[in-house]
Amino acid sequence: MAVTVSIPTILRTHTGGEKSVDATGTTLAEVIDDLEANHAGLKGRLVKEGTLHRFVNVYVNDEDVRFSGGLAAKVTDGDNVTILPAVAGG
Amino acid sequence: MLLIRRDLVDAMVAHARRDHPDEACGVIAGPEGSDRPERLIEMANAERSPTFYRFDSSEQLRVWRQMDAADEAPVVIYHSHTATEAYPSRTDISYASEPDTHYVLVSTRDESQHELRSYRIVDGLVTEEPVDVVESYMFAHTGADDVPDCR
Repeated sequence: MAVTVSIPTILRTHTGGEKSVDATGTTLAEVIDDLEANHAGLKGRLVKEGTLHRFVNVYVNDEDVRFSGGLAAKVTDGDNVTILPAVAGG
Repeated sequence: MLLIRRDLVDAMVAHARRDHPDEACGVIAGPEGSDRPERLIEMANAERSPTFYRFDSSEQLRVWRQMDAADEAPVVIYHSHTATEAYPSRTDISYASEPDTHYVLVSTRDESQHELRSYRIVDGLVTEEPVDVVESYMFAHTGADDVPDCR
């Protein structure tokens, strides 16, 4: 399953400046593994101890995956995955 | 240094006052690379809390896409502290991820006098910066005609 992944400014150092890259997988976890294979270092910015890092928001199409299975969220051909830095604090 | 129009400062303070005692948060977009805050967007605090804030993730996606389409960047990200000083908390620092963004803190703990300060936060390092409030960017520092007003 081929998907398009939008990369936020802060992570573009891992994609040679590209705003958007292609990846494959049937779940978000697989997509992230595939990203890591081509853009080393990305996974560590997205995943911590087997779950999505709280500092990032990841969306499949327009849905925040925190509400649709996290790393197990299904992706299908042509989906758009968007990564944004979470904006939060105290 | 953060150069910012007075109406935007007033709008941040008014938002913070309105949401007090919960924390208020928002973003001011500006043309990519300009470092000039222009379009203020009040964001919902998904935490609705006096001690935490978090941009609602769906709203953030919508707003970030609008900025992207308009070649804008989040020049300012602001939030309020309602019981403490306008200085980034440990949580603020851990989440801060945009090296080019001015992180503005507004404290509403004193009901008659607000405190507004601006910071750069890069790799966990906080640097306070002066805030230069102007009536307009075009005529920010109008002086003698032989003093160019360029930044």
